[in-house]
Amino acid sequence: MVHGELWTVKELFVLPNEYIYWSIQIVMYPFMTGLVAGAFVLSSLYHVFGIKELKDMARFALVFSFALLFAAPMPIVLHLQFPFRGINVFMTPHFTSAIAAFGIVFFTYGAIVASELWFLYRKHFVDVSLALREKGDKTLGEWIKYLIFCTLTLGVYDVSGEALHRDEKAIKFLAGLGIPVACFLHGYAGFIFGSVKANALWMTPLMPVIFIMSAIVSGIALCMLTYIVTMEIRRMLAARKRMQPGRRFESMEEIKGVEIHVIKMTAKYLLSFLVAAISLEILDLIFRGYTALKSWDVLRSVIYDRDFYDIFVMQYGIGNLVPLIMFLLPGMTIRRAVLGVMFVLFGVFMMRWNVVIGGQAFSLTFAGFMHYHLPIVPHDWETFKEGLFGALSIFAMPFVMFWVISKIFPIFETKTAH
Amino acid sequence: MITRRNFLKKTALGIAGATLPLAALKIIDPKKLLAEAAADKSSAIRWVFLVDTYKCVGCGLCVKACKLENEIPYEANVTRTWVERYVLTKQGELLADTPKGARDGFTTTKIDLGLGEYKNVKNQDIEKAFFVPKLCNQCENPPCVQVCPVGATYQAPDGVVLVDRTWCIGCGYCIMGCPYGVRFFHPVYRTAEKCNFCYHRITKGLKTACVDACPFGARQIGNIKDPNDPVTKIIRDQRVGVLKSEFGTKPQVYYIGLDEEVR
Repeated sequence: MVHGELWTVKELFVLPNEYIYWSIQIVMYPFMTGLVAGAFVLSSLYHVFGIKELKDMARFALVFSFALLFAAPMPIVLHLQFPFRGINVFMTPHFTSAIAAFGIVFFTYGAIVASELWFLYRKHFVDVSLALREKGDKTLGEWIKYLIFCTLTLGVYDVSGEALHRDEKAIKFLAGLGIPVACFLHGYAGFIFGSVKANALWMTPLMPVIFIMSAIVSGIALCMLTYIVTMEIRRMLAARKRMQPGRRFESMEEIKGVEIHVIKMTAKYLLSFLVAAISLEILDLIFRGYTALKSWDVLRSVIYDRDFYDIFVMQYGIGNLVPLIMFLLPGMTIRRAVLGVMFVLFGVFMMRWNVVIGGQAFSLTFAGFMHYHLPIVPHDWETFKEGLFGALSIFAMPFVMFWVISKIFPIFETKTAH
Repeated sequence: MITRRNFLKKTALGIAGATLPLAALKIIDPKKLLAEAAADKSSAIRWVFLVDTYKCVGCGLCVKACKLENEIPYEANVTRTWVERYVLTKQGELLADTPKGARDGFTTTKIDLGLGEYKNVKNQDIEKAFFVPKLCNQCENPPCVQVCPVGATYQAPDGVVLVDRTWCIGCGYCIMGCPYGVRFFHPVYRTAEKCNFCYHRITKGLKTACVDACPFGARQIGNIKDPNDPVTKIIRDQRVGVLKSEFGTKPQVYYIGLDEEVR
């Protein structure tokens, strides 16, 4: 069977080679890079602009951004017909292609995040390795931990006040540098779509900007959600520990849950970026209708008729309007915030979906349509990776990564370097 | 004990030392090499295609011949070339289809609407109807070449756009970038696939499989750089059109009798 035939249904006049070639993984790709970029921008709000209320969130967001970073290129790799040839992009990059520089931008960004993390956690690495060095008979696990942390210090054990002050300067610089790079990383994903002149829906210079705005929205939303969930889990665990006999009494610091003022502050930033994203998207829509180029007839029938439910109900309604109202109403509660950010995340996902799948919902002939049917139950490798479970695995990846790297970068130790 | 000053000195020295031999090396553009190797041959040829839509009857023999010649699995619903049927009714309705790329020709008057539905148009209701063969336009400014991230698709000096099956990563960006929908993933090789004017034939002095298979002479291939080529003469002194010129791709498949309804 031809690639794409399985999930594409053609209607009216569609060219014989036309299928929905870019499916769920390409929806996941801008969604995941968007989360990376957004999480980083959120952490930089504290480091660069000194927004004190975001201090707790900043550290959390940076570690989470790092975890997301590993998952971001996975959808593209899974989408390739030859995943193992992906390395060719580095061997013979063809720079007229918007995809060719992805690796370079991605690794530049990765290096910035990693260095910032290193400066942020340098003191922690030193503390842990020194403590382990002094310890007498180490177990095998402690030896491994010792080796890991020794390596992570990169041989620098200077934790004097002056050195730490310099660290902070470096963090500020890297966080500042990271903002344009993070925006570039994601604006660039928007450019990949916006520059496809053959696609009437994608081709707009607004695409990179729209992508950046919605990226920041989704990144902040996911950070809020994960922050709340981990804080609650921590509190629950602490409470359970306390119930066990013989346990020492946990300090208030350890069992405190989510702080509502952090959530309120973060929600403010979420809202402003959400408004910017919606405005740009609506501007794009109005402009298309007003200029009414040749492609408008088919676009109109896709936007206002065939995909009406996906675009206006799911994306703008449930994904944008509902959370907008939820955040604007006074008396914010944690529960409402959780529900709100979940809607926001869903809305951004639907936006990616409507761009990627919607852009392929009509034929190049402008006289035919294609319908996408997401493979649910996988029966081979292709239907797995191009199906629901492939997408879910990609979505689950950063959480697993987060759990792993939070062993090295503890997010809740309030007494460390910072 | 290495001091900071020493360290910087040695680093600078090391970099300077490493730069010297590197400067002796020259970065060579592989394209330039290829162009130099093929310079004498390439300058004389620019392949173009001419389709006379008045002569096409929609028999689909070209599609069949192409599939067999270029080893595109016969039953696979993709094809390097295809024929479209356009029917304009007296009520002003435009109907068009290309069932299986017209591999088996248009054997019925029913128009394929997709989703298993067909529409029968009575002869007396038809204002005009015609067939349009399609194939890769071997654009002078090919967007597919522009967007390939690894350079696996490239333009030969004689204008034909080719795909390197050993290097294509299968990202599908070229498929998305083509305004003519000529590209697809090969069902067996899984790499990007497209019409290449039967490059293995034309470089040996043969015609393309579709040109040879057309019983009506609706398809012709020629060299636009040769003023005596019959195809060149027609393109120069007759009224011909190209598809979707608004994309700035400078397509090199010329059509006689192109209607504005052709998509």
